[in-house]
Amino acid sequence: MLVNEKIAIEHGLKSDEYKKICKLLKRTPNITELGIFSAMWNEHCSYKSSRIHLKKLPTKGKKVIQGPGENAGVIDIEDSDAIVFKIESHNHPSFIEPYQGAATGVGGIMRDVFTMGARPIANLNSIHFGSPQNKKTKNLLRGVVHGIGGYGNCMGVPTVGGQTSFDSSYNGNILVNAMTLGLVKKNKIFYSKAAGLNKPVIYVGSKTGRDGIHGASMASASFDDKIEEKKPTVQVGDPFTEKLLLEACLELMAGDSIIAIQDMGAAGLTSSSIEMASKGNLGIEIDLSKVPCRESNMTPYEIMLSESQERMLIILENGKEDLAKKIFDKWNLDFAVIGKTTNTKNIELFFDQKQVAKIPVNTLVENSPMYDRKWKKSKLPKKIKHDRSKLKNLKIKETLKKILSSPNICSKEWIWEQYDHTVMGDTIQKPGGDSGVIRIHGTDKAVAATVDSSATYCWAHPLTGGKQVVCETWRNLISVGAKPIAITNCLNFGSPEKEENMGEFVECVQGIGEACKYLEYPVVSGNVSFYNQTKEIGIKPTPAIGGVGLIKDYKKMITMNFKGTGNQILVIGKTEGHIDQSLFARVILNEKNGPPPEVNLFNEKNNGETLLNLIDKNYVKSAHDVSLGGIITAISKMCIKGNKGVELKIPKFLINEIEYFFAEDQGRYIIEVSLEDLKNVTKILDKNSVHYDEIGKIIDKDLIINQKTKVTIDELKSYNTNWLKEYMN
Amino acid sequence: MKSSVITFPGSNCDRDMDVALSKFGFKNKMVWHNDQELPKSDLIVLPGGFSYGDYLRCGSMASKSKIMHSVINFAKSGGLVMGICNGFQILVESGLVPGVLLRNKYLQFICKNVHVKVDNEENSFFKNLDKKVLEFHIAHNEGNYFCTSDQLKEIEDNNQIAIYYCDKNGNTNDQTNPNGSIKNIAGIFNKEKNVLGMMPHPERMIDESLSGEDGSIFFKNLLNNIK
Repeated sequence: MLVNEKIAIEHGLKSDEYKKICKLLKRTPNITELGIFSAMWNEHCSYKSSRIHLKKLPTKGKKVIQGPGENAGVIDIEDSDAIVFKIESHNHPSFIEPYQGAATGVGGIMRDVFTMGARPIANLNSIHFGSPQNKKTKNLLRGVVHGIGGYGNCMGVPTVGGQTSFDSSYNGNILVNAMTLGLVKKNKIFYSKAAGLNKPVIYVGSKTGRDGIHGASMASASFDDKIEEKKPTVQVGDPFTEKLLLEACLELMAGDSIIAIQDMGAAGLTSSSIEMASKGNLGIEIDLSKVPCRESNMTPYEIMLSESQERMLIILENGKEDLAKKIFDKWNLDFAVIGKTTNTKNIELFFDQKQVAKIPVNTLVENSPMYDRKWKKSKLPKKIKHDRSKLKNLKIKETLKKILSSPNICSKEWIWEQYDHTVMGDTIQKPGGDSGVIRIHGTDKAVAATVDSSATYCWAHPLTGGKQVVCETWRNLISVGAKPIAITNCLNFGSPEKEENMGEFVECVQGIGEACKYLEYPVVSGNVSFYNQTKEIGIKPTPAIGGVGLIKDYKKMITMNFKGTGNQILVIGKTEGHIDQSLFARVILNEKNGPPPEVNLFNEKNNGETLLNLIDKNYVKSAHDVSLGGIITAISKMCIKGNKGVELKIPKFLINEIEYFFAEDQGRYIIEVSLEDLKNVTKILDKNSVHYDEIGKIIDKDLIINQKTKVTIDELKSYNTNWLKEYMN
Repeated sequence: MKSSVITFPGSNCDRDMDVALSKFGFKNKMVWHNDQELPKSDLIVLPGGFSYGDYLRCGSMASKSKIMHSVINFAKSGGLVMGICNGFQILVESGLVPGVLLRNKYLQFICKNVHVKVDNEENSFFKNLDKKVLEFHIAHNEGNYFCTSDQLKEIEDNNQIAIYYCDKNGNTNDQTNPNGSIKNIAGIFNKEKNVLGMMPHPERMIDESLSGEDGSIFFKNLLNNIK
């Protein structure tokens, strides 16, 4: 087939991008070459709209072993251990085909992690759906949850945490972000940089089929009316093969045969081979006739662009082929020597003894387009003047009932009970807490992981929202007693070609960067997903942040369930009564405007570090961060989990009860301390200038406020647990 | 006491079982599904997971695995065999215990703590247990035990039901049945009671920091019984 501009545009390339290709090659590309360019230059693979901004994120730190640019980030967790982790989006395919889309998202991120030599030890996810009233929402939710469970459960990796939200801005574009943590010895980390000439290039794993062709290009465009036609671009997952691939790769990695390894993810064989060659500043030669194919008569174009799952590309030391083959044979996986490294710095493809493509590697990578797109700055919205007398008249019990049972607050047990969260025998904090916590097998250490996002805040003011999400993960880690180390980010936005959306991206990234820098909490890996847009309607900006922290002695881990009758309850951090953009404002007042709560990074850091200090001194019996739904929501959840009541007397403030209880000011936690320790605790808080309110004590049953409002724990439970179950059944 | 845990392609609770058995004093060996011979063992365990991807039917391909000939012979000669979760499914498929395991009633994977009532003490697995209701953990998609009414009569006549799903006080009813199993059956023996298949995972309950400690009680008691 002769290539021309029209065909290039059908491949998702822009007219000037096509002209650039012709100029770089000094000729017209053939169809296979055009396919390769389109795969490497699409938004998903090239980060052409985001690169320039992502460079500004802080990525270095004492604990960072590997920052962005590899299959996943790596952090030091002391002794000889390291954690490999990353989050990735699989939004577009999950909307088209929820089960397979979500399943292969989970499979892809696990492969990124074990490609680096790490055994996956925990999965998390951040999933976002349209309004519950939208007719598609229920099926999408069911399909996504089944897909995540179907893949993760079969792999035998526990799913220990996550986040689910509902918002009408996701009606036409759901979000499915999957995160994996893996454990590796520091001296056994594998990278994707090729090295050495004439080294065998090995293909292992599943056979190549026609599934997922142009998957990455599909994920780099908005949806329109013809979305059903895109089904063939969704990959099909086989977790059983991936489990075998995991075991086989780890077995091979125990020796010293591997020079470089890269999984075939987005853009399959194309991006894996090119990335390895590019990083090693080498050329690569592949005979496509040797690629194990599932279907007959596959063309070079199809083989290069297939996104069939569960495949890896490995560059081996010479002479290790037989040893490696034996391992893959044992696990019943395909193994084929398909090429070698060369000094030409070209990617050269052969098929049936004929050369079918020859492209300089640097044209695909370094010369890929980079755009400084136009973007629009957001203004901080004006504060809403709430009618105080109206607020005063609200009944706390009724209000609390509406908040606890609202879709974005209610218990997500229906979801996480479908994920195996206890396999591997080291899950010491299950989903439903502030963070999932996994013991490092056979040691006293544990890692905590959380994933969060706050699209509403980011939509109202991206800069503040960006900062807030980072802080929320920081608080979730501290609440379980973990010292935060680093984050991974999944940046979900609308079209970068629209100034408003691009502005949201730029300012969210700026906010994330500022918070990470201040908290010394660097970004080690991540992923950008643009074009979460159907026709003209884009999603609310939704950066999802995955945070990871270390607990040196797992016996010091904190949970959020209230423990002892008579213990005192403190609110750490100051409550100013910020109602705008809160769940309360949306659910009770039906008010969508106003600024998000301000983020004071000094207070965040100071409050968090002081709380870690209190935890280290064994003063804290339970802790929970205050976020969506405010203080009373946080306390209610602690009551439900601990099956205990509380007697609250709110301090006399300028603000009224409703504002005090439902405001979403940042940097706050609820903690439980014993009466004996109270003095020592307040002394430390005072010394560190941390604001706190003593608001009550734990009792055997019932939540009682100022001796007039009484809610039983069973009532709280029914408010909180019923909505999702009833909605899904 | 010597134990062996069989690893099938797709097994994923094999390590957890190894950790649990070793913790309570078994000398455990891992055995590859393609091996012919079993090491000398006092107990063989078929672990949980998704053997052969659970394609075709859960446990069906694993039941035809090379090592299973030896496991079946071992069981027939009176050796102790325990199948947990996918291991239970393999036992059912290989005919070592009666019945079948269907998809859970609500067509969903379930991962949570449950209580089980021990109702049978004439066997090496549960005899001398001083607790009648144990808190175990389940994690499965196909644990809905089913058999014909004739089979059920035979099972009951032979006292082959090992454990029932129940509440913390030992009451068995629909509310305490997580997956729709007939009669709340969570685990079952062969006629001779040397083969036990059960859906719950005692190996996930061996540490107070994990889901609970009733698995520890089970394994300690098991070791004492076969010493």
